[in-house]
This record gives sequence, C-alpha cells and structure tokens, in this order.
Amino acid sequence: MKHTTMALLMVAALATAACTNPNRFGGPDASRGAGGPDTSTVVPGSVDDPRSPAYFSARVGDRVLFAVDQSSLSPEARVVLDGQATWLQTNPDYLAIIEGHADEQGTREYNLALGARRANAVMEYLVAKGIPQNRLKFVSYGKERPLEICSEEACYAKNRRAVTVISATGLTG
Amino acid sequence: MIARLAALVLVCATALLPVQATAQSGPLRIELTEGVIEPMPFAVPDFVAESPAAQQFATDISRVIAADLTGTGLFREISRDAHIARVSSFGAPVQFADWKAINAQALITGSVAADSSGRVVVKFRVWDVFAGQELGQGMQFVSDASGWTRLAHKVADQVYSRLTGETPYFDSRVVFVSETGPKDARQKRLAIMDYDGANVQFLTDDSSLVLAPRFSPNGERVLYTSYATGFPRIHVLTVGNVDSRILQVGDGEMSFAPRFSPDGRMVVFSLTQGSNTDIYAMDLASGATRRLTSTPAIETAPSFSPDGSQIVFESDRSGSQQLYVMPAMGGEAQRISFGEGRYGTPVWSPRGDRIAFTKQNAGRFHIGVMRTDGKEERLLTASFLDEGPTWSPNGRVIMFARETQGAQGSSALYSVDISGRNLKRVRTPAGASDPSWGPLQ
Repeated sequence: MKHTTMALLMVAALATAACTNPNRFGGPDASRGAGGPDTSTVVPGSVDDPRSPAYFSARVGDRVLFAVDQSSLSPEARVVLDGQATWLQTNPDYLAIIEGHADEQGTREYNLALGARRANAVMEYLVAKGIPQNRLKFVSYGKERPLEICSEEACYAKNRRAVTVISATGLTG
Repeated sequence: MIARLAALVLVCATALLPVQATAQSGPLRIELTEGVIEPMPFAVPDFVAESPAAQQFATDISRVIAADLTGTGLFREISRDAHIARVSSFGAPVQFADWKAINAQALITGSVAADSSGRVVVKFRVWDVFAGQELGQGMQFVSDASGWTRLAHKVADQVYSRLTGETPYFDSRVVFVSETGPKDARQKRLAIMDYDGANVQFLTDDSSLVLAPRFSPNGERVLYTSYATGFPRIHVLTVGNVDSRILQVGDGEMSFAPRFSPDGRMVVFSLTQGSNTDIYAMDLASGATRRLTSTPAIETAPSFSPDGSQIVFESDRSGSQQLYVMPAMGGEAQRISFGEGRYGTPVWSPRGDRIAFTKQNAGRFHIGVMRTDGKEERLLTASFLDEGPTWSPNGRVIMFARETQGAQGSSALYSVDISGRNLKRVRTPAGASDPSWGPLQ
C-alpha cells in the first residue's frame, strides 16, 4: 500500500513543482532553484526546506518497496528513485547510504544477501541517473531491523524495503 | 564489557579400582533406534558428602547428573522418595535387592569431597542392578569449586556413554545470540553457556548488532558477524578474552556467514560485491583468499564436511534457495535438495553422514536432516519460524532457534533428537537465537 501512496505523493509533488517552479527539480537552473525565493520563509533544515534531509525523507520519499523474494524495481519505485536522483543532483554536498531490508520470512544469512541485492538495485539505478558512485554506499540489515512488527503481509510489505539515508559530508552546515 | 570468563576449569579424571572382577555378560545397554524408546529407569541417590562443606555440592551434582540423563529422553529417573536403600558411604556394598524392588535398572552412586584449597573431588560408580554388578570402572574427577557443574556433566557423560555406547555431549558449551527488546528495537549480544542453558556469560556488549556466531573446532575461538563498523563484517574473538578483531577478508560491501574448517586453519564465508554474494575461503595464517563460487546468485551458509574435503552451502542459482555440495577447493557443485519448498542453513553432522537444514514450505519452517546425497530427508520440527540447526558434539541432538509469531514475537532455543523425539526448550535468561554447539570439553 505504502509504495502506491508514496508514488502518488511523488507524482503530486512533481506536478506541483512543475506548476510553480519548473526548475526546482533538476532543470538547468536547479542550483538556483533549491535556494529559491519561497524557501526564505521556511526553517532551514525543516521538512519544508527543500535542501534538508527531512524534506528528502518526507517529500521526495526515502524508500522503495519490493515484492516477496525480489529485488527488481517496480514502476512506482522508479518514480521515487527519479525524485531521489534529482534531489541528490540538486544537493551535491550530501552522501547517501542505502539500507536494504527483508521481511522476517527467510533465514538470517540469506536475508542479509537479499537486502544487499535490494539496496544495490537502488544504488545502481541512482548511478545510472548520474549520481557519482562515490557519493553512495549500501548496507543490508536483512531481517534485523523491521519497521513493522506484525507477522502479516501488511507488515511484511513495508519491511521489504530499501531506504536511502542522507548524510552530510561536512561541506554542508 | 566482560572482564574475563570464569577461569578455565581443569578437570582431571582418574579411574578407581573395580569393585568386582566378575566377567560381565551382556552389559546393560539402551539401543538408540528410530522407533519409540521406553526410557530406561535409573536411580541417583544423593552423592555422599565426605564433609559438611561438600554437602551442597553433593546434592547439586547429583541433581545435574539426573537432569542430564532425563533430558535426553532416553532415561527416566526413579524418584528419590521411592528409594528403599540408603547410601551412607561410597564404599558400602550395594543393596541390589532394594534397587530391583523399585525397578531401577541402572544405579549411580558417588561421593563428593571439598577441601580447604577449594578443590572439589567427585567419585562415582555405575551399577547394572539386575546383573548385580558394576558397569565399567569407577572414576573420580577433580576441579575447583567454580567448575562443579562440569564435574556433574563429566559424570553424566560417562554414564550416558556406558549405557548407550555413544560418545557423550553434556560437558559442552553453546555460543549464541542473546536477545532483548521488542522486534523493532532488538538488542543482540554474543553469549556463551553450558549446553543446558546454565552459566550464561556475555562475550560482547549491546553497542552493535551481532549475528550468527560459530565455534572453532576446539571451542577456543568464535567467528561472528558484527555491525561495529556500521557494515556487516566478520569478527573473531578468543573465548575468555575481551578483544575481538575484524577479519580482513577482501574487498566487498559485506562479509558474513563465517565458519571454521575442521582443522581450524581456514574460514569459509560469504562476501557481497554489488548485488552478488559468493563463497570464499581464507587461510587464517597467510590471509590467502580463494573464491569458491562464481555465479550471480546468492551463495551463503557454507559448512565443511568433518573430513574437510567438501562444503555444503545454499544457493538460489536455480531460482530458489537450495542445498549444494562442492569440493572444499571449489569447483562443480551438486544440488542435493529436491523436495518442495526452499532449503537453507545446511550444517554437516560431526559423524559426516547427515546434513541438517532449515526448510521453508507452505508458510511454515522446519528443521530437518538428510543424507549427504539428499536422500532420506526427514523433518524434525514445524513452526512459524524454526531456523539455524547446530549439531551436538556426538551428532545425536540438534539445537536451533524458534521465533514466535506476531508483534510480541520472540526467539528461544530448542533442542530435538535426530529421531524427531524429545523436542524441548533450552532455558535461557533472555531471548536467544543462532546457537552454535561447541565440542566436548
């Protein structure tokens, strides 16, 4: 469910951006757009600051979901990752660690490797979209860090995820 | 952190002179078969304390011996309330008629002395009640006071061997992951305990996630996976020592699933590079690393055969997790699992003739065993989530982790006989997973 919602949010966000500021996300004037006029009223670092990791998590969407035992990217996931790539291009001072996860229905070590496949699928997609590989790392937690704790598909679906976690390089305040 | 583990207990064994020189005809023996076993009735009167200071040890040691034997499911203790004869001295003649009257087939008598230097000495004899003679030779074991449980396990091991003809397993330890906290914030620490869950000691603190420890063949070192660096890396520690170190195993995003070779000189493990996870072997002395698999699939959970010539592992090269056997130096792998469902975490038995595994099928998890060619598959357990078998040193018992379902789910250790009988929980102070059973000490 969540991936659909997020995809819709993402599409909505892109659509809104397209209406108000065509250059906000990755246009030729992107470097200016991210610090554009309407950000002067928001608290820097807050979820409304388009340059903040909080904004990345909440508005761009920091995670994509996977089918059972799969690591291929769904069309919805690609929409989210396109947004992540755009944000990372717009905010070149940030690094990202991509965390891969699996649901609890699997053996521990296999799930570690499966989480790595998922995280790597995200990383390869971002690299293909032009993000330098040296800004990206991945790690797998297998089934060790579930987000949802019920033992039902509703929870499993949210746990089969890859989360892009933004970290500062030190160049950014 | 843990300063040190309790001092290693030096257990010395000495044979006592036989009481009778009569030739034995058909010794008392319980045959371990696949069928239903009627547990053999035995009696363990409290061991005789040779001084007031030895009283508590005498009682406690007798109780641990009884618990070891009944815990196998092969023996049944006759309640001490039913005993007719009183054993007041280790050297006194055994009143066989009194033990026959309550149908005790085996009788274990003993004494315990505790001297002022802190040494505990236990003597014991095993009796075939209906033959009216001693079974094997009396022995004595000596240790310092902190090692009294090991003395008890040593005695029980002797009794078990004499009555089953099998090598024993009670004086052994298990390294495992101790778990606390809810599912979405679980804390994990490496811990070590006696095989029966007693004497738990922690090997790591809870500052970083740790997974899947494995004992070295001599039980002195432990390999495990830790997130101490933020990324999964193989670590190795020496039991009884606070220090652990990262094992440098080559360039990759993750290294995990480490296991020792039977001679303790090599480590096989998984290395993840990009989306691909393969199995590698490293010589611990030289650091020389060799790649053993090279498919784009996930290859992990390697386990050496006891002679060191082969490795069983899991791979999803066919599209789902299955078991394969390859030469220890790598090369062509033969698939051995062909039943329904998925197979993982293979572990070669110490006897070399079976492989234990985790099986997932139709939403259930099972622990099972099969021959090394994949034939004679037998599932021993079924639950929401059973995982990660490890063999007792004698290959008769398998320990594994069972996770319960739902938001309040937690993990505990269980053991089961390879016949599928005697499934029972191993009592641990907190949640527990990823057991690795060490050698007989």
